[in-house]
Amino acid sequence: MSSLVFLIPLALVLGAGALWAFMWSLRSGQYDDLDGAAERIFLDDEDSPNGP
Amino acid sequence: MSLRDEIRLASRDLGQGRFQTDLSVPGARCAACIGKIEKGLGQVPGVEAARMNLTAKRVSVTWRGTEAPDLIAALDGVGFEANLTGVADEAKDPELGRLIRALCVAGFGAMNIMMLSVSVWSGADDETRRIFHWISAAIAFPCLLYSGRIFFQSAWSALRRGRTNMDVPISIGVCLAFGLSLYDTIQNGHYAYFDAAISLLFFLLIGRTLDHMMRDRARTAVSGLARLAPRGATVMHADGRREHLAVARIEPGMRILLAAGDRVPVDGRVEEGASDLDCAIATGESEPRRVERGAEIQAGMLNLSAPLVMTATARAEDSFLGEMMRLMQEAEGGRAGYRRIADRAASLYSPVIHAAAFLTFLGWLAATGDWHHAITVAISVLIITCPCALGLAVPMVQVMAASRLFEAGVMVKDGAGIERLAGIDTVVFDKTGTLTLGRPRLVNGAEINPADLGVAGVLAARSNHPASRAIAAEAPPLLVGLTAASEHAGLGIEGVIEGHRYRLGRSEWAVERGGGGQEPGTVLSRDGRLVSRFTLEDTLRPDAREAVDVLKAHGLKVLILSGDAPSTVAAVASRLGIADFAAELLPAGKVAWLDQLAAEGRKALMVGDGLNDAPALTAAHVSMAPADAADIGRNAADFVFLHKGLEAVPATLEVARRANQLVRQNFALSIGYNILALPIAVAGLVTPLIAALAMSLSSIIVVANALRLRRVRLETPMSKSVRPPSTRPVEPVLEAAA
Repeated sequence: MSSLVFLIPLALVLGAGALWAFMWSLRSGQYDDLDGAAERIFLDDEDSPNGP
Repeated sequence: MSLRDEIRLASRDLGQGRFQTDLSVPGARCAACIGKIEKGLGQVPGVEAARMNLTAKRVSVTWRGTEAPDLIAALDGVGFEANLTGVADEAKDPELGRLIRALCVAGFGAMNIMMLSVSVWSGADDETRRIFHWISAAIAFPCLLYSGRIFFQSAWSALRRGRTNMDVPISIGVCLAFGLSLYDTIQNGHYAYFDAAISLLFFLLIGRTLDHMMRDRARTAVSGLARLAPRGATVMHADGRREHLAVARIEPGMRILLAAGDRVPVDGRVEEGASDLDCAIATGESEPRRVERGAEIQAGMLNLSAPLVMTATARAEDSFLGEMMRLMQEAEGGRAGYRRIADRAASLYSPVIHAAAFLTFLGWLAATGDWHHAITVAISVLIITCPCALGLAVPMVQVMAASRLFEAGVMVKDGAGIERLAGIDTVVFDKTGTLTLGRPRLVNGAEINPADLGVAGVLAARSNHPASRAIAAEAPPLLVGLTAASEHAGLGIEGVIEGHRYRLGRSEWAVERGGGGQEPGTVLSRDGRLVSRFTLEDTLRPDAREAVDVLKAHGLKVLILSGDAPSTVAAVASRLGIADFAAELLPAGKVAWLDQLAAEGRKALMVGDGLNDAPALTAAHVSMAPADAADIGRNAADFVFLHKGLEAVPATLEVARRANQLVRQNFALSIGYNILALPIAVAGLVTPLIAALAMSLSSIIVVANALRLRRVRLETPMSKSVRPPSTRPVEPVLEAAA
């Protein structure tokens, strides 16, 4: 019983954290180009760190 | 008015002299493509950054400067066809963002409450159960307020107007379930249904979000027209003063100077000079029209060869473009009669649920006198019959269809377009620019002596006439000095090369009497004697014949409505095996034809590209336009196909029919489930929790059924490896007119 007192709030805080992280990733456009992100790993563009 | 001006017009001003332009690149599909596109664009002077989005097949380019870089030519240079699109606004759709946030919150709440509920069912002692119920209530309440308001607001606005919609039973069901659970929690009861209330919201929001994504995303065609900001024209005053006036300020009677390459700004009459006008966009004629003093000309025509002075006879709003806008607004009323399948279902469904739940409550109250039990059963009825599967049945299929079509290079603007397309029995094609590419092509280039073709190319490079451009495109490069070159409107070009006087143009002008070959046509002559004859033909769009054959095999009536001359239309019709055609139609005439078809009870798909097709595209039951169509045509159409080939038309039809079939199956599944579940719920054999689970199950079945659309096989244009010859994608479209 006593363990629930901190485990339940902990679970909720972790869940809320995940929710916030998802919202943030959505807002910052990380889901805008899923196919492109998968393919871009094959590009070597170290010479232009800011992207072409 | 060039392609670069059009790029400038289609871009968004980011301030400080920076602009953003979006182009759709349907051919991009791998890392190498991303690299080539971004590098290729990055090397264009003025371009600051280019970012390819492979999912959307769009590249977003930021550039700086007063004149737009020629991005389309740059992409063509690295081997990709591209089309201008409006700068993406979807990301900023506030309603979609609101729905997604509500969906996330509901998902979070549903999962956490479910976790607590499972521990309660698996046997928690009284103390733990009470704490868990209170925690559940604490999670459910903010979720209900945040995620539920989407339904509450809609239900409230319907109720206020004395009507009811799908959101009314949803709102009542969710609020009652929450209220009863809270009451039981306070009373330290055994059961609470927070989980049912919130997971119901979660599932409904999935359907709502998908549905919103498929709603008409397009800004209306008329606002598209407004973006083609009318610019100016050079007005010559009586005292000889020249002034650049905005098109809106041009009054009838003003004299306007029209340089070669300008669009006619308002309707008028030619006062001085003679030239060729390209009328393809305004009337659909493929041959340029020769005009001289006294000829009536319409706004939107393009002056090809020589300067003209014209007198305005109408104001901008009474001109051709104003007439188009009026026709389109009138036509838009015609399609408004169509009601989406989902809306039709909803209007039947919601009163039935209300009545069933209310009667259940009264019945149980009368039978047992236990109001608590009566409400519990009534809530079960509301939840189990909640239109979750029904809400998912249509949008899920449409989202799948849209993504399937996108892979095949077809953009869907409105989900309802898929429904309408599935029911068509007639296909109406425009000719110039739709069945054909709207550009003449030299077909006998191989038979002509390369040296002569080279000479012709040197002359042709001096002219904007479509025939000249076609010859110049096929001619081998030749380094010779051309002197005394001049263009004669309606006749051709002449010039001196190595002491010989060459003429390229109409045979009766180029060839002197006795020089041989007096039949009409385009020829090259040297010192008045015939050298070679050029056969020019408007190219059919790739796969036009196959597409028409497939459509006919489906039992559809195919016809051509064109503004071009009857003989040209007849030639194209016979090459494609189309029996029915009508030529020399004005835009209003095309609309009249479509109205006539509709009056006969036919449902027509209109495929067209030009400005003169825009009212017909709006008037038709459903419409399609190629991506290189006039902007206004693209806005008016329900579907836009990105590849050059016409096989997109039968492919889209195939997907639409399959989607329609799946929608019907989904309706049958979800209604069947409700008919099965309703008596059990009314009998009081279902707790709200089981109701929530059963509802989830039916939703999942509907979604799984929609996923079967992935299996539809389509022959995509990319499955044929040959890329069509590179072409200038967008004919400069009417920015100067209006």
